Amino acid sequence: MNVTEVTRDNFEAEVLNSDKPVIADFNADWCGPCRMMRPTLDEIAAERDDIKVVSINIDDEDELAEDYGISSIPCLVVFKDGREVNRNIGLVPKDVVLGLL
Amino acid sequence: MYDIIIIGAGPAGMTAAIYARRAAKTVLVLEAKSYGGQIINTPDIENYPAAAHISGFDFATKVYEQAKALGAEFKFEKAVEIRDGADFKTVVTVKGSYEGRAVIIATGSENRKLGVEDEDKLVGRGVSYCATCDGAFFRKKKVAVVGGGNTALEDALYLADLAETVYVIHRRDEFRGDESTAEQLRSRENVKLVLNSRVTKLIYDKKLTAVEVTDKDGNVSELEVNGLFVAVGRIPENRNFASVIKLDAAGYAVAAENCRTQTAGIFAAGDNRVKDVRQLVTATADGAVAATEAIKYLANK
Repeated sequence: MNVTEVTRDNFEAEVLNSDKPVIADFNADWCGPCRMMRPTLDEIAAERDDIKVVSINIDDEDELAEDYGISSIPCLVVFKDGREVNRNIGLVPKDVVLGLL
Repeated sequence: MYDIIIIGAGPAGMTAAIYARRAAKTVLVLEAKSYGGQIINTPDIENYPAAAHISGFDFATKVYEQAKALGAEFKFEKAVEIRDGADFKTVVTVKGSYEGRAVIIATGSENRKLGVEDEDKLVGRGVSYCATCDGAFFRKKKVAVVGGGNTALEDALYLADLAETVYVIHRRDEFRGDESTAEQLRSRENVKLVLNSRVTKLIYDKKLTAVEVTDKDGNVSELEVNGLFVAVGRIPENRNFASVIKLDAAGYAVAAENCRTQTAGIFAAGDNRVKDVRQLVTATADGAVAATEAIKYLANK
C-alpha cells in the first residue's frame, strides 16, 4: 500500500472509521524534517498490510491540524478504533515509528 | 579499519567525506539521527554561493547523494566515545565499535533548553525551539520569545508578522543581537519587550496557556501566551569526546582554523568547534579543511 493523502473530506472514512490502526503524518511542504520523514513512512506503508499510513498537509488542512492540536511538525498521531492512542513530534527512525503502534 | 571516521552527517561532516573520498581514502560517516543536521530546518537558504534559493532539505540531500556516489559509507549509529590508540583510534557507538586511522568530529550543536519544569513535556504543545518551523501554528495568537541574541531577535521579527502579540523576554536590559534588528523590533506595535526578566514557570492544561515571569527585583507576573519560542543559544555536542579533545568553558572543541585538536589524528569541524562565525558556508569550509588535514596526517604517519 502507499501512503494515502487525507483531507477533511475523507478523514472520517480513512482515519476514524478505519478497521486497521492508522499512522497519521501531519506535515507541510516547507518542513525539511517532514520531507526527511516521508521515505520511512512510504517504507512502512509498503511493508505492512495490517496498518494504514496517511498524510495530512497542515497548510491545506488547517482545521484538522487545529482539531488535533498540532503545533509542531512532523507530528505522527496513531489512531485505533477512531481514537488517538499515541503521538510523536519530530523526525524519528523507523523503529520509533513502529513503537508508537 | 577505515582511513577516516567522520562523526556527524551535517554539512561539515559530509563535505569532509567528499574531500576524503576524492583523495581515495576509505570513509565511514557515523550519524545519530538522519543526514543533514540542523540545516534541514531551514526552509530557504539564501546566502550560500551559487544557490540563491535552496531548501535545507534539498541542500542536505544533494550533499548526501554526492558523498554516497563518491563511495562514503554511512551508518546511522550514535557515537559515544573515542579511544586514542598508538596506531589507530576506536570509535564506540551504541551498536558497536569501528577502527579508523583518523577521526573528524563534526557533531554540531543542539538547542539549549530553558531548564524550566515540564519544558520537555510541552514541546509540540506550545514550547518550540524553531520559529520558522512552528511559527505558522501561532497565526493571530499570543507568543513569547526568550533570549537576547540574534536568533531570538530574528525569531521575534518573523513571529511579529504572524502572531497577534509577541513578547520578547530577556534576562538583561539590553540585547546581545544586532542593534539594527533590535531597532526594527522596537518599532513594531505588536512586539512588547519584557527585559530584566526570566521565565520561571510554564502554565498549561493540555497545552501551554501562560508563562510566569520573574524580574530582577523578584516581582512575579504572568503573561498569557499560546506559544513560547526558546532561543537561548546552542550546546555543542562534544561531551562524549572530552577524554580526547580539549573543550572551552562553553563546551566547544578547542581547535584552530586547521581543525586540529590536542590529539594527533583527531580533528574538529563545523559548529562544535571554537569559532566566530557559524554559518553553512563556514561548516562546509571546516569539512574541507579537516579532511585535508586528516589526509596530510595519514601521509606523514
